[in-house]
Amino acid sequence: MSGKEYRTITDVKGPLVFLEKTEPVAYGEIVQLRLTDGSMKNGQVLDTSDDMVVVQVFEGTAGVDLGTGVKFMGDVFKLPVSKDLIGRILDGAGRPRDGGPAIVAEGEADIIGAAINPYSRQSPHDFIQTGISAIDCCTTLVRGQKLPIFSASGLPHNDIALQIARQAKLKDSDEEFIVVFCAMGITAEEYNFFRSDLERTGALENAVLFVNLADDPAVERLITPRLALTAAEYLAFEHDYHVLVVYTDVTNYCDALRQIGAAREEVPGRRGYPGYMYTDLAMLYERAGLVKGKKGSITQFPILTMPGDDITHPIPDLSGYITEGQIVISRELHGSGIYPPINVLPSLSRLMGGCIGEKTTREDHKSVSDQMYAAYAQGRELRGLVAIVGEDALNERDKQLLDFSGLFEDKFLRQSRDEDRSIDETLDLCWELMQNISTKYLVRLDQKWIDKYHPTEKK
Amino acid sequence: MSDENGVIYRISGPVVTAMGIRSRMYEVVRVGHEGLMGEVIELHGDKSVIQVYEDTSGIRPGEPVVRTGQTLSVQLGPGLLTQIYDGIQRPLPVLEKTMGTFIERGVDADGLDLEKVWDFEATVSAGDEVESGSVIGTVQETETIVHKVMVPPGQSGKVASIESGSFNVTQTVCTLDDGTEIQMMQKWPVRSPRPYKQKYAPDTPLVTGMRILDFLFPLAKGGAAGIPGPFGSGKTVTQQSLAKYSDAQIVVYIGCGERGNEMTEVLDEFPHLIDPNTGKPLMNRTVMIANTSNMPVAAREASVYTGITIAEYFRDMGYDVALMADSTSRWAEAMREISSRLEEMPGEEGYPAYLSSRLAEFYERAGRVETLEGEDGSVTVIGAVSPPGGDISEPVSQGTLRIVKVFWGLDAGLARQRHFPAINWLSSYSLYPQSLDQWFRDNIASDFPEIRTEISSLLQVEAELQEIVQLVGSDALPVDQQLTLEVARMIREFFLQQNGFHEVDAYSGLEQQYKMAKAILTFQDSAKKALAAGGQLEDVVNVPARTNLMRDRFESGYIDRVDGLVDEMNKQIAAAAEEK
Repeated sequence: MSGKEYRTITDVKGPLVFLEKTEPVAYGEIVQLRLTDGSMKNGQVLDTSDDMVVVQVFEGTAGVDLGTGVKFMGDVFKLPVSKDLIGRILDGAGRPRDGGPAIVAEGEADIIGAAINPYSRQSPHDFIQTGISAIDCCTTLVRGQKLPIFSASGLPHNDIALQIARQAKLKDSDEEFIVVFCAMGITAEEYNFFRSDLERTGALENAVLFVNLADDPAVERLITPRLALTAAEYLAFEHDYHVLVVYTDVTNYCDALRQIGAAREEVPGRRGYPGYMYTDLAMLYERAGLVKGKKGSITQFPILTMPGDDITHPIPDLSGYITEGQIVISRELHGSGIYPPINVLPSLSRLMGGCIGEKTTREDHKSVSDQMYAAYAQGRELRGLVAIVGEDALNERDKQLLDFSGLFEDKFLRQSRDEDRSIDETLDLCWELMQNISTKYLVRLDQKWIDKYHPTEKK
Repeated sequence: MSDENGVIYRISGPVVTAMGIRSRMYEVVRVGHEGLMGEVIELHGDKSVIQVYEDTSGIRPGEPVVRTGQTLSVQLGPGLLTQIYDGIQRPLPVLEKTMGTFIERGVDADGLDLEKVWDFEATVSAGDEVESGSVIGTVQETETIVHKVMVPPGQSGKVASIESGSFNVTQTVCTLDDGTEIQMMQKWPVRSPRPYKQKYAPDTPLVTGMRILDFLFPLAKGGAAGIPGPFGSGKTVTQQSLAKYSDAQIVVYIGCGERGNEMTEVLDEFPHLIDPNTGKPLMNRTVMIANTSNMPVAAREASVYTGITIAEYFRDMGYDVALMADSTSRWAEAMREISSRLEEMPGEEGYPAYLSSRLAEFYERAGRVETLEGEDGSVTVIGAVSPPGGDISEPVSQGTLRIVKVFWGLDAGLARQRHFPAINWLSSYSLYPQSLDQWFRDNIASDFPEIRTEISSLLQVEAELQEIVQLVGSDALPVDQQLTLEVARMIREFFLQQNGFHEVDAYSGLEQQYKMAKAILTFQDSAKKALAAGGQLEDVVNVPARTNLMRDRFESGYIDRVDGLVDEMNKQIAAAAEEK
């Protein structure tokens, strides 16, 4: 099938090349373009018929002219996979970027990735301790979960992601994660930050990096996360690794998706994003989890920046419908100098219920977490009231809650970038802070936990 | 090239155009060398446009397309219950056996196990006249459900021979005198509603055990409800609670374009859960359809029809069936995606112009009917809607609200306050109370509707008072209004909030709901009296017996103790007034 080179390009539009009269070309087939100056580009078939083929060019169409030669490679996009991927840095199309040798493949895997049969899945239930109190206590991360960080420009989401990648471990276990890091359209500076941090902590040896930077072709971003997830699946399900996939920034990915959609003159959905964006994102996010009969797992930690801090923007909105919760970063907390500025109120971990408690974290975890959340929520709400009527108008209970909300942020949320709190330390800290509220107002705490854990009231 | 076999002309994602076949609309065809399953959705001269239910990567123009002559159908018969299917009725356990963990393509699987032998018990005998839909025999399909084998629609006559015994679903169990052979399995095209004699107005509530739903916004058996809500507001938890506790005899649960892990959770959980109405595992009455968000969109489009056809089939046996579709928005998006590949002129927000009529057709397949056999059967449809950004002015929510009579509006704010189920009591509505009130009066209590009205008006008053409180604080209100706020808080925390994961609290029977509502109003009355007698609000509302009344709902046997707890509360309130 391959070998024949066509010079039948009729139209070039944005990242798309249209050509006519070819042999039958497969949908999704990989394409090589030889430009008249001899340079090469890669692409993929988006639409194919007897008369016309549409090719999306990953590196962009700069320099493509009607004389460009087009060669069909006879196969869909595959990633050469091998255990040797670990410790390597690849570019957004899967070529070595670290100056090292080509990957010697143990096999090839289709990067689109087949859907996991829901019947073959295994429910995630292993608690991952991140060492960050806000996450461990209130939005617990579970092995096999997909839990995105909803952030916005100018916020320290990268630090949080790195801290998690560094500290994440199963409780009472030394089992480490392999980190698959996927950069989509981030700046070289951000990338260097990630890379030097991974290098500094020695994590790079246990990581695979796929890097597409802001000045790399936008279309390439559509395959970068698929490469990363294909590598993750291979390592998890063929070699029993526990893989933590960190990818940033999903917003850049979606913008690339919109760019292709616009070039194809598709009917746009909300804010110009294509109508199939939900399905497309699902094909990334759903590649997380555990399956029966395999030891490995894939946990996803996507980072997305909400344009204009708007959580109803299509990107966070559609993501929230697919992922199993979200960790929301707050500009307000960041502004008051709190790190990590995680707003626990809109944050959520859907899998938390099944993984906390006596056997995994601690028996009082659920109660404590509910009470901390409720007290903080009420305290925050009171701040609005105080602004109008003044603090003196509050009754005793409200005063305690208001003070508690300040302590919550200052003592519970705030921790340093290398502070790794164990779950016991986190929960003990919660009890210490809750002393500031009299027990009669702690209605969500079971009496038996008060008897056992309350620093001053325990029996 | 014959009319039966054509070739692929064009491939664009899940949409394939074929040339050279003379197909019919909605006919199933096999596409490519791998024989991928597809359905004809448009005809243009000699070209047929096909939506393909599997991934089309690697398929080329020129590959064959073969007609099957059949429209997309499901296999109906014993073996449906406890099964989990994909959107086109392929059993997922069978797919796992043939393809492993990941769903590959080009694999066919029968919806029913064709080998399995069932004990068929004939209920008619030779010489009896039977018509379409007549029950000719039964099979004990699961511990709790008797499967009724019916004459397929369109056939009738005199029974020539019929035999009880062990058969698989394709063996003939009955022959009619015109030579028609009847098997336990029948097929039905998913896009056509199954026939019935007539539709009735619903007059019985679907009891769900969720207080806010049953008491304030009841749904009738045979009705349709929509649950819109932003992410994280608890749509799936609510749907799952309904699948667990509603008093339907059969439950069809469609996971349409949702998370894979959620379906796994249902699969893990249901076999261990006990049906409060029969005391047997819930799985016995459940059929599941899972087409997760990353499985092919065309199959997602079909999944809803597959589900409702199975629901109608059990309805035809005279059962009350409840169908949950989570989420209809993903179904609508599948329609949108296919429509845009067809380059159709879009309607609102890129959805096809026929969106609202498709939604209406689907919800219209709900209803309480007289079956062909003359029995009473119903299909209740509960559709989740996932509006972007939680804004229900979008087309899918609006299209749904125009048809359904019950609206359970989920609220992100309530979910953030950990008020679950996060159903907003001010914006939700049900149009069924009128037709159901007689049932409530006859079966629960003669003043049931009045109590409901009182409870909901208290909540309404609270909403108005809250606006004032926001400005001046609650201390500035007169005492009687402060009491109203306290009573409303009791309604919210004691009655409306319900822990769907708590073994006792997750389900409240109607009688218990009535008693709890009544207890709240009793509290209001005695507190008013106590205040009039000079009691202090603080003392009156804080009597320990009221806390016990509220807290004890988590203990089993609560319903028997409510009256005693209320008496105790009244005593303490009266005493609190006297102390002064």
